[in-house]
Amino acid sequence: MSILVDASTRVIVQGITGKEGSFHTEQMLGYGTQVVAGVTPGKGGTQHQGLPVYDTVDDAVREEGANASVIFVPPPQAADAILEAAEAGLPLVVCITEGIPARDMVAVMVYLRGRRTRLIGPNCPGIITPGACKLGIMPGHIHAPGPVGVVSRSGTLTYEAVHQLTRLGLGQSTCIGIGGDPIIGTQFTAALELFNADPRTEAVVLIGEIGGTAEEEAAEFVRARVRKPVVAFVAGRMAPPGRRMGHAGAIVSGGRGAAADKIRSFTEAGVRVVESPGGIGAAVAELLRRK
Amino acid sequence: MKIHEYQAKEILKRYGVPVPRGEVASTPRQARAAAENLGGSVVLKAQVHAGGRGKGGGIKVAASAAEAESIAGRMLGSRLVTPQTGPEGRPVGRLLVEETLEIKHEFYLGAALDRAAAAPVLIACAEGGMDIEEVAARNPALILREPIEPAVGMREFQARKLAYGLGVDREQAPVLARLIRGVHEAYWENDASLVEINPLALASDGRLLALDAKMNFDDNALFRHPDLRELRDASQEDPLEVEASQASLSYVKMEGSVGCLVNGAGLAMATMDMIFLAGGRPANFLDVGGGASAAQVSKAFRLVVGDPGVRSVLINIFGGIMRCDVLARGVVEAAREIGLRMPAVVRLEGTNAEAGREILAASGLSWSVAADFEEAARQAVKLAGGRA
Repeated sequence: MSILVDASTRVIVQGITGKEGSFHTEQMLGYGTQVVAGVTPGKGGTQHQGLPVYDTVDDAVREEGANASVIFVPPPQAADAILEAAEAGLPLVVCITEGIPARDMVAVMVYLRGRRTRLIGPNCPGIITPGACKLGIMPGHIHAPGPVGVVSRSGTLTYEAVHQLTRLGLGQSTCIGIGGDPIIGTQFTAALELFNADPRTEAVVLIGEIGGTAEEEAAEFVRARVRKPVVAFVAGRMAPPGRRMGHAGAIVSGGRGAAADKIRSFTEAGVRVVESPGGIGAAVAELLRRK
Repeated sequence: MKIHEYQAKEILKRYGVPVPRGEVASTPRQARAAAENLGGSVVLKAQVHAGGRGKGGGIKVAASAAEAESIAGRMLGSRLVTPQTGPEGRPVGRLLVEETLEIKHEFYLGAALDRAAAAPVLIACAEGGMDIEEVAARNPALILREPIEPAVGMREFQARKLAYGLGVDREQAPVLARLIRGVHEAYWENDASLVEINPLALASDGRLLALDAKMNFDDNALFRHPDLRELRDASQEDPLEVEASQASLSYVKMEGSVGCLVNGAGLAMATMDMIFLAGGRPANFLDVGGGASAAQVSKAFRLVVGDPGVRSVLINIFGGIMRCDVLARGVVEAAREIGLRMPAVVRLEGTNAEAGREILAASGLSWSVAADFEEAARQAVKLAGGRA
């Protein structure tokens, strides 16, 4: 088992004819993901990467029976693309786009309330169930199927952790990049809840960073609910307050979001916090041996 | 993006938020004229993108127009150092000259994004004029928060709740409520990431005024606010950071000696942390980003070595959306162009990593290639002359 995506997931790509959408569609197909169609308004009826292109998400879902979407639409139109996917009733929408205005995401989150759509991202690498389905931009070849769930606000730092796990013979059940923006569809807590309920997942790696309080909330959730070993790394101990470190959400402000507070919360919740991302794999291996 | 106090006040005024009478001066003569127009006794406020101006000597009172002119002569063209600027300070190119006011009470009023709620929140406090974070730490009960439901916007009752909560007189409450709604509107319509009025003053003549004002904007939304983009003052930013933003690179200047070129914000932060753990200090945060082109990488490399404090460069790449071969080509090209003499440590992993390493190896440049990124950090710190 796995969470959210598996070999039966049927994917559409919104923004398939763009440079990024096109490149990563090819990569996803190469990984064996069932990408069934693309959507680009105005290009309906054409073919791209050997797939039918539709003008609307509705058309693509109706014709191809898709149940997930991945979005590569430029920032000014990306919020609209998320809403179109939700309106079409897709249960899973992954938004890769970086740079969506926070105000647009506020509106998206209002719209998603009470709907069945789970949004992952934006500004994220996507989600992968190794060997079954890759919905995003991560390099597939570093992953392997196995017992470790990975959830992260980062992209490349996640690849770093996954690479280590795989080299240590620890495959992954599912890896989710939740995104580096201040407003995201799926928080750490939601991912932890899913991993906690997944019988295939035996341990969880959580990669956080400065900004906001999502790590503190995750720590509280682990303390109250999670009975599987959790290893965490928090990036940005060296980050000066008031400066945005790349990600729109990575900023220590208003006395909130410092790495030290997050590390303390995790430690108090019984989470194994590693000092270096290079120590993630070894810590997971050790905790799994102890089980 | 940050703007100056005088610019924030101009925006807030359009939303019905009263501000003191004032004029902007960029010469001592203009300051004198402004003081004459405002009745002689004035406050001169240095316009810099940093808080703590009072502590740094950036806010002065003049009793006459002549004194205003002489104070302005000393302030204009100087660099103001405050607890928030770092030792290099910020250049003072303009002063805001304002009427002096007798203040009865100072409040705090702010609008920000509540990330967990994915909605704006209005924040108010009856104790203003000081660091709101300190007040919150000392007595959290003093902080009033009014979350905004984005589907309906800020409602009148919410503004009333805050106004009554701040404890103003019955006849002033509706005035304050209107002001609070104006602040929310200014926040929302301009895609601000933060509005802070600290202090919001109650003058002894009964007027409620934004005595200070700070507005930051969501960089991601500036594409739809050409008018706001015009307000940017690059003189307030680090020159390397300005250059970086023109190349769409995410760069933050730090004080150390190990220059970093990394793809991905999380990895870039972690790389800085690793340099620190290895006993060194990072010179910068630099994320070359997802779909960066070879040209952009080359620009990034130039930027890192353009920092006079840099003694060694650490290139740490894990390729996902960005392919290692693209990056390696950019790095090699840039190193040749700038005639790189500085030691560099390179680590490449991920998509097309092999091809990337081959490009580096075939380049003829003397790269130190590290296997994992702790090792890369140790080597870079050592090469920068730090302990490792």
